[in-house]
Amino acid sequence: MTTLDEHTVRHVAKLARLKLSDEEVRAFQEQLTAIMDHFALLDEVDTTGVEPTAHALAIDNVLRDDVVQAPLPTEQTLRNTPARHGDHFQVPKVLNQESS
Amino acid sequence: MVDAQIAVRPIIGLEIHVQLLTRSKMFCGCPVRFDDPPNSLVCPVCMGLPGALPVINRRAVELTILTGLAFGGTIATHTKWDRKSYYYPDLPKNYQISQFDLPLVSNGHLDVDVGHGEHRVRIRRAHLEEDAGKNVHDVGGHTLVDLNRAGTPLLEIVTEPDLRSAEEACALCTGLHRLVTYLGVSEGNMKKGQMRFEPNVNVAIEHDGVEYRTPISEIKNLNSFRAARDAIDFEIDRQVAAWHEDHSYVLGSAPNENRGFDADRGVTEFQRDKEAAQDYRYFPDPDLVPVNVSDAMLNEIRQSLPELPDARTARWVKDHSLSVEDAATVVGHRATADLFDAVISAGGPPAIVIKQFVNVWLSHAKQRGVTIGDLGIDPERMAELAQIVADGTISKTAADRVAEIMLARNRFDAGTEDASDTVTPSVARTLPTTKANNAARCPSPLALAKELRLLQVRDTAATDVWIDEVFAANEQAVQDAMTNPKKRKAAAGFLRGQVMKKSQGKADPKLVGELIDKRLTGSA
Ligand SMILES: [Zn+2]
Repeated sequence: MTTLDEHTVRHVAKLARLKLSDEEVRAFQEQLTAIMDHFALLDEVDTTGVEPTAHALAIDNVLRDDVVQAPLPTEQTLRNTPARHGDHFQVPKVLNQESS
Repeated sequence: MVDAQIAVRPIIGLEIHVQLLTRSKMFCGCPVRFDDPPNSLVCPVCMGLPGALPVINRRAVELTILTGLAFGGTIATHTKWDRKSYYYPDLPKNYQISQFDLPLVSNGHLDVDVGHGEHRVRIRRAHLEEDAGKNVHDVGGHTLVDLNRAGTPLLEIVTEPDLRSAEEACALCTGLHRLVTYLGVSEGNMKKGQMRFEPNVNVAIEHDGVEYRTPISEIKNLNSFRAARDAIDFEIDRQVAAWHEDHSYVLGSAPNENRGFDADRGVTEFQRDKEAAQDYRYFPDPDLVPVNVSDAMLNEIRQSLPELPDARTARWVKDHSLSVEDAATVVGHRATADLFDAVISAGGPPAIVIKQFVNVWLSHAKQRGVTIGDLGIDPERMAELAQIVADGTISKTAADRVAEIMLARNRFDAGTEDASDTVTPSVARTLPTTKANNAARCPSPLALAKELRLLQVRDTAATDVWIDEVFAANEQAVQDAMTNPKKRKAAAGFLRGQVMKKSQGKADPKLVGELIDKRLTGSA
């Protein structure tokens, strides 16, 4: 049984931009530990000689030709946005953005 | 600031983003264009709507492999796609599709030369990913998002920290720019942000036999060669100064940093500690299946790899006896270099063709803000113009005049219809852009020379008349040439030039020289 320590839970919460109370940290520690344990069942499978894979499907090379297709009309693109400014999406102010 | 006992050795690596020249985006069919109205080049895939499925653009994969081959990289036979966590609204999926542990290209190298011989820079990897859109900050306390650029294919190239100065780093950036534009894999338009640089910089400081290494700074998102050079230079000085101030400013004791560059003030500024770096939590993208590069695919792309500038220069030097300097003026631009080869194939004498390329065609092209190929003169005509100079039918000066008329007539006759595409979107398969229909319109240089009465006059009597007139009008120069040893050479040269001018370029320069020399030495 792998018990997730409190530090890991707080780290994951931070990465997910979640603010947790101490109580919630304890609750998630328990729940996440249970989830991790469940997946740990997979460790019991003997994978000797099985090639690692990154995908569940036995297919590869699904490629498309470099052909342009019509984009959506801007009105349709913006239709469901809760806030817009001209033809821009309007979102809460982004702080300290770093490039991708 | 730097005392005598220390030696400073900069250690620099680069991450370079190159926008690939595709028509459509990386994972959807939206067009890749610049400056369109906001959110007009968007679909459910690049908007990140739930349920939309990305499909890989084959061309982007091919362009990446082509670039990898050109810098001597190893092409992966098996590669996959990963999601990299991302938290800003300019990529609304909440992740960026990239390649983590199985990049399309690994290893490779580029050579830089900043005046003390070639230095090899190893390339660690090159992978494909998608660009983000654009956030417009601070509009009425909000951020505005334009997703037109979201999903544009980017090639990210990562070097080993083999660069030893800002100058070398800058040379690598410009060299890579030359390569990708030559290959036609990118337009390389810096103003449109099609190439962006992120240097990693630290310094090894040797002090009393001990080496100290400063923490590594990553300078984010530089979009010009100059910014790259200036930012690195500043950063080297800053780190050395920081170490002088506090000797605990070393790797391990002080954190690595991300820094931004303020081009107006020429300084880098702290953004955040790398210790607080986000965990990107890469994991395989379940929406995209792996790409296996077959031998057949690899061979086909290898076939399309053009002769690269270095090899081409070597060939020209060997086969056509060009100087490296002359070759360099033409070889860097692929269509121009292709045209040069075509003119030689059409029978143009290389020594004269290269001079005409540099002195005549290139300068006309520059005046018009286009490339030589865009001038619309076909290679046969260019070859003919060089031939009639080589066989003495017309002089070099007359050739300049003929070229001008060729262009004028060509333009006049051709009208404005061929506002040609200066960029060819396809890889390697495109040969120089000689428009077949121009061949008929472009006047023959020989016919033009006849029409304009520019045929060289090798008639001694006629030449003597021009010389008489020039000598009469320039007595001082004649005096200098005959009596003043210091001025003799310059004065004689001046007189020859005047005679050529008087003859409107028709006189045979060799004959003019002989006749003038005879008179000056009194042997006439
Ligand atoms: Zn799209």
